[in-house]
Amino acid sequence: MTYDIVFIAASGVAIVSALAVVMAGNPFHSALSLIMNLVSLATLYLLLQADFLAAAQVIVYAGAVMIMFLFVIAYLGGRADEPTRDIPLWQLGAAIIAGGAIVVEIVVAVSTQAFSGGATVSDQFGSPVVLGGEFFNRYLLAFEATSILLLVAAVGGVVLGSRRPSPRIDEPDAFPPLREQPAELELQAAVMDAETGFPVTHVTREREEGS
Amino acid sequence: MHVGVEYFIAVSSIVFGIGLFGVFTRRSPLILLLSVELMLNASNLALIAFSRYWGDHAGQVFALVVMGIAASEVVIGLGIVVAVARRKAELDVDRLASLKN
Repeated sequence: MTYDIVFIAASGVAIVSALAVVMAGNPFHSALSLIMNLVSLATLYLLLQADFLAAAQVIVYAGAVMIMFLFVIAYLGGRADEPTRDIPLWQLGAAIIAGGAIVVEIVVAVSTQAFSGGATVSDQFGSPVVLGGEFFNRYLLAFEATSILLLVAAVGGVVLGSRRPSPRIDEPDAFPPLREQPAELELQAAVMDAETGFPVTHVTREREEGS
Repeated sequence: MHVGVEYFIAVSSIVFGIGLFGVFTRRSPLILLLSVELMLNASNLALIAFSRYWGDHAGQVFALVVMGIAASEVVIGLGIVVAVARRKAELDVDRLASLKN
């Protein structure tokens, strides 16, 4: 009985907050509604005995990922707002048809199946211990692939977020000209030349001419 | 009423449909990313529901992988949005036909 009540409450909140994500005019409200949605989905995960995933959902998703979203929305300020233009009616209709079709399709497919009560599982089902064991034995390749993907994403984030765009080769003044060498530096280089036998003067002159 | 796997799948499909609606109708790339997150989470719910139904951990493992993919997608997506916002005033997916310059 408690199970049913929790399910109805959590799924109701999930659907309402999902609608709020899509309908809200302010992107900040959308992001906050998505946090609500993620937390209610985590409740549903708990009902499905996916304890570790529920915790990961709240910590990683609702915590880390959504905070990043909120930072970007705050950074963009007014530019994050929806462009004020009416969407054409056919586009709205097509969206409703596409979204509704997938709901109807899945609900019909599921309701015509006779599902049993589900497998009986131990209390350990979905615990971090069992899930970690699965990850490091049977699904090691998926685990490593995910870690490489996250590394690539981190590098990509740094590249995309760097303030200075990388200079383009075909632009003549993409590379700033080297500064002129002061006279005393020239002298210093000549002394170093003489003392070490390594052609410092030659190298610096070549670099200047090369630019 | 016995809440079986079919109820969870129904909820998941509804959330997925709402996310799809959002992707089709909204214009701001940020809201688009949020809608994609909705869809990914709906698929996660389906995976976990079937994982419980079959008593197999494969679905939960896959859901964790999907979480990783979603996180990296958000990083790259937000990076592109910020990079575009620095150069152009308007963030409108219908007008953003090119990522050059």
